[in-house]
Amino acid sequence: MSIVHAVFAPGFFSNGPVQAALVMGAVVAAVCAPVGVLAVLRGQSFAGHAFADITSTGGSAAVLLGISPVLGFAASAAAGAASMEGLGARQHGDRDLVTGTVLGGALGLSALLLYLSTTRQGTSGATVSVLFGSVFAVSSANWPWVAALGLPALALVAAAYRPLLLSSVSPELAAARGVRSHLVGAMYLAALAASVALAALTIGAVLSTALLVGPAAAALGLSSRPGRAMAWAGAIGVTSVWAGIVLAYDSYSWPPAGRGWPVSFFVVALVMAFYAASRAGAHRHGRSPAGKAA
Amino acid sequence: MLSGLFSPFMLHSWEATSLVAVAAGAVGFFVVLRGSTFAAHAIPQGAFTGAAGAALVGTSTLLGAGVFSLVAVGALARWGRRGRHDVVTALVLVGMLATGSLFLSLGSQYAQQTFSLLFGEPLAVSSGYLLPTVGLAAACTGLVLASYRRLLLSSAAPELALARGVSPATANFLFLLAVGAATTLALPVVGALLVFSLMIGPPAAARSLTARPGMALWLSVLLALVTAWSALVGAYWSNWPVGFFVGAAAVFWYVLGRAAKAWGHRPRNAPAVGSSR
Repeated sequence: MSIVHAVFAPGFFSNGPVQAALVMGAVVAAVCAPVGVLAVLRGQSFAGHAFADITSTGGSAAVLLGISPVLGFAASAAAGAASMEGLGARQHGDRDLVTGTVLGGALGLSALLLYLSTTRQGTSGATVSVLFGSVFAVSSANWPWVAALGLPALALVAAAYRPLLLSSVSPELAAARGVRSHLVGAMYLAALAASVALAALTIGAVLSTALLVGPAAAALGLSSRPGRAMAWAGAIGVTSVWAGIVLAYDSYSWPPAGRGWPVSFFVVALVMAFYAASRAGAHRHGRSPAGKAA
Repeated sequence: MLSGLFSPFMLHSWEATSLVAVAAGAVGFFVVLRGSTFAAHAIPQGAFTGAAGAALVGTSTLLGAGVFSLVAVGALARWGRRGRHDVVTALVLVGMLATGSLFLSLGSQYAQQTFSLLFGEPLAVSSGYLLPTVGLAAACTGLVLASYRRLLLSSAAPELALARGVSPATANFLFLLAVGAATTLALPVVGALLVFSLMIGPPAAARSLTARPGMALWLSVLLALVTAWSALVGAYWSNWPVGFFVGAAAVFWYVLGRAAKAWGHRPRNAPAVGSSR
């Protein structure tokens, strides 16, 4: 009993926000798993990171307007995904420059929106909650939106599963088989945007990449079969979020302030630990480490 | 409204933003020329962690940002060539941001400090910053000027540079060091997330406006100064975050550069006289 208490501080299981956070984290990690595995296979993990930064603008705007942040995250992630489609054809160096410029503009706009919501509404925590998030602070009003984003994302991936995999692994073969790569790519980007929005709601806009591609990359080090990797990614993601929640709850009695450490920090750190362990394991078994080519 | 803009109190802010702009404009020229936007994105995020750690233990922001910039420079010089845009890099960047947010949350002014480190606070530049800022700016610009030919050659024609005895690894390391120095001094002023905009916006426009590298370097510094000064005036006048003005100016410069390029490439309408390009 004392061991249980040492891991789960008293009141952990009867705490309402903790229960909500556990369910929410599991749902989001489960949606991110298949989408993230495809992101790594398609070599778009860095693109995912770029438009994760952009989502901070939508999240800040939502706070200022007083609507659900997940709506802002989703709208700006969709805009990011659409502009990424448009930039795809450009040459490499110029694309980096455009991405960087848009990223800077979006972050600057976030700064303004966050400043305005801090001064007008007195919500001084807006900066931290949009950029670094806290799964404990996600109100139950967001639940319908989480369902409305998560279910279609899973449905899109399930519907286009085979052509998506084929076009990720071998675009030429997919074209020869008559896969309409544009349609498939657009469906995938929609699912990616929804997942980024959910991850941003859970661990914050600028950290959302960790939840999206981290578990997926770790899972691809454990199994090279996509279906199995998605299951692993789900398990790793849910474990990271749950363990992060436990640690954050425990940390209220930790030094230096007794205020608790940020839950997003624990989640990111655990995801990175899983990834490092998987890389080390794959290296020892002589398998090519996942994500290298991405 | 603007009457206090040149008060003694604001003098430090003017000096600091000017120094930051000169360094960022000069280094940014090579960032754009070498296509190293990624390094200019990654080093400030590393420096953010250091600045946050410094805020926690109570030392100077510049010291924390400087040490962590050096770490980031070392990591990029060592591993930057391989896994450039892959999972590892994305995860390491996010991990550094998360660690920075942890450091700030353990301190006493979480929200306020997070905001100023990420989005800049030029109006709070104190006299203690000035001496190290001057030193860093001088080191940074000196490094760029001293290795100008070497950097230019290795950026434009790596094989030729190698034949002339310029090692690409050394040139890259010198370049990254300059980015690290510029980041360190720019971080407290324009913020970790917007250092990047100041480093790529002005030089991108400069490069579109002139084809001569020496001219483009000076133009880049000039445009960076205009950006930083107008951002400072804007921030003073509106009380809005300086990062907003820097980000918006970078977008403006980029669009201007594209427009200038498009104008210059109109073969049918442009008169043929005097245009030998």
